[in-house]
Amino acid sequence: MRSTSGRRLWDSLGAENTSFLWGAKAAVALGELARGSALGGRIGELRHRSVLVATREQLTAALALLELDGVASRLILCPPDFPAEHLSYLVDAAAVDAVVFDQSAPAQIPLAVRCSPKIKPGVCDHRHDQRPDRGALRQTEWVLLTSGTTGRPKLVAHTLESLTGAIEEVSKPAGKLVWSTFYDIRRYGGLQIFLRASLTGASMVFSSATEPMADFLSRAGAHGVTHISGTPSHWRRELMSPAAHKIAPEYIRLSGEIADQDILNRLHSCYPQARIAHAFASTEAGVGFAVNDGLAGFPAHFVERSSAGVEMRVVDGSLRIRSTGAASRYLGREDASFLGADGFVDTGDMVELRGDRYYFVGRRDGVINVGGLKVHPEEVEAVINRHPRVRMSLVQARKNPLTGALVVADVVLEQLPDRAPDGAPGNAPERSEELRRELLQFCANALPRHKVPAAINIVPNLAVAATGKLARRHA
Amino acid sequence: MNPNNMSVRSEVISQFQQVAEEQNRVLAALTDDLPLLESGLDSLCLAVIVARLEDVLGVDPFTKSGDAPFPVTLGDFIRTYEHAKH
Repeated sequence: MRSTSGRRLWDSLGAENTSFLWGAKAAVALGELARGSALGGRIGELRHRSVLVATREQLTAALALLELDGVASRLILCPPDFPAEHLSYLVDAAAVDAVVFDQSAPAQIPLAVRCSPKIKPGVCDHRHDQRPDRGALRQTEWVLLTSGTTGRPKLVAHTLESLTGAIEEVSKPAGKLVWSTFYDIRRYGGLQIFLRASLTGASMVFSSATEPMADFLSRAGAHGVTHISGTPSHWRRELMSPAAHKIAPEYIRLSGEIADQDILNRLHSCYPQARIAHAFASTEAGVGFAVNDGLAGFPAHFVERSSAGVEMRVVDGSLRIRSTGAASRYLGREDASFLGADGFVDTGDMVELRGDRYYFVGRRDGVINVGGLKVHPEEVEAVINRHPRVRMSLVQARKNPLTGALVVADVVLEQLPDRAPDGAPGNAPERSEELRRELLQFCANALPRHKVPAAINIVPNLAVAATGKLARRHA
Repeated sequence: MNPNNMSVRSEVISQFQQVAEEQNRVLAALTDDLPLLESGLDSLCLAVIVARLEDVLGVDPFTKSGDAPFPVTLGDFIRTYEHAKH
């Protein structure tokens, strides 16, 4: 484990660094950044302030984070899809008194500093502050936003130390690593990757929400991405892209959703040279563990052991984590806590012991009640996804007068190479009816009756939320 | 009988047969006076039938009408759909 205690993110940069940060529209050489500023040298104005990092592009957000960690008292990472109606709440709760922007700055914040990938040279003195009171600067608080159940965002407070607790030393010369992620770096999963890259001085390719998958993959491939992460939903989409072969990663990481055996197998067969790991993490609990053996679930001995600052327990079927990587608190919600009295975070992720492994079965709050029997949508999806014709699926509840609810499934099929003459995918209606019956039978063979979908709809695609997770509507 | 009702009836019957087959149930003779509880199908089967009929006929008359009692016989069940379709 790498200790970042007392370090600043900036310290990992050096003028001799030959790595790059590549955005969709611009790139920055880290060596150049080390000798200049993306903030026009206005770092001094942001010292000890609570700074909202509200850029459109991930690249400019990354530059601001590199320059302001250890300078600002607080950095609030605002994803580009943050709803404007919650801005006033955010400004109040986090006592925001400055904003860093790249396109337009919200009007109500008094100090606005533009961040640009055009590095202004020769202004590094502001950061390498040698004044005697330097030691008095407290550690920067990093604040991540997650969507609360009421729609109001939750402000999850971390430190660089808690965020990087799970990051292991990378033995390979950092200059040769090129990281990328389908996540936005202003979300926990993406930030983990950005911090890994930054602390080791490695290069990174940023994705862009508006960029087609094929363009991103071409860009990532052209920059020689070696390490890349995303949710299982990101990866299912990635595998659907004709440009999937443009990357040849050495390391693939999945997190944020249940990695079932199907997606692990598909990734392995598409990228046989890659090491494939799936990690469990949450914004509040931090990184729990990573699994590297290519199998779904995790070894039972992970539970009740204490390693690398992480302890895990299973209580009432849900995974609990106590970790040095956990967040410290919710800002502006001193009444609400995610920590139990024993210091464990209840992740709300339900697990089941089968043999010597635990398997994730779904979220506690996502359970569908079919006539008094519980169904986790994710366990049904895992079965459907095993069918060779299925690319991805979404299982939801449907109201029913007899059982309260039933399970129904939307299914995206694997594209067939044999297309109909009109160019449409080769799924004639009669064949799709046959396939629906086959899928029903497939589910009936693997699941108890109440978990078998009452209806299976074949759909052209499924919505993936900005978080990278399959969009589920909760009742 | 109006042809619309004929198609509702045959759709209901066909769903009973379809679901019974999927669920490996032995279906009783589908007469109008057959009590649903003696049809060989349990409430989960009937729930699936209601869901499928909503997809085919575009209506779920039981959820729509709030707390109306669930029909006792197959004949009542079919008539509920026939009325809902008008």
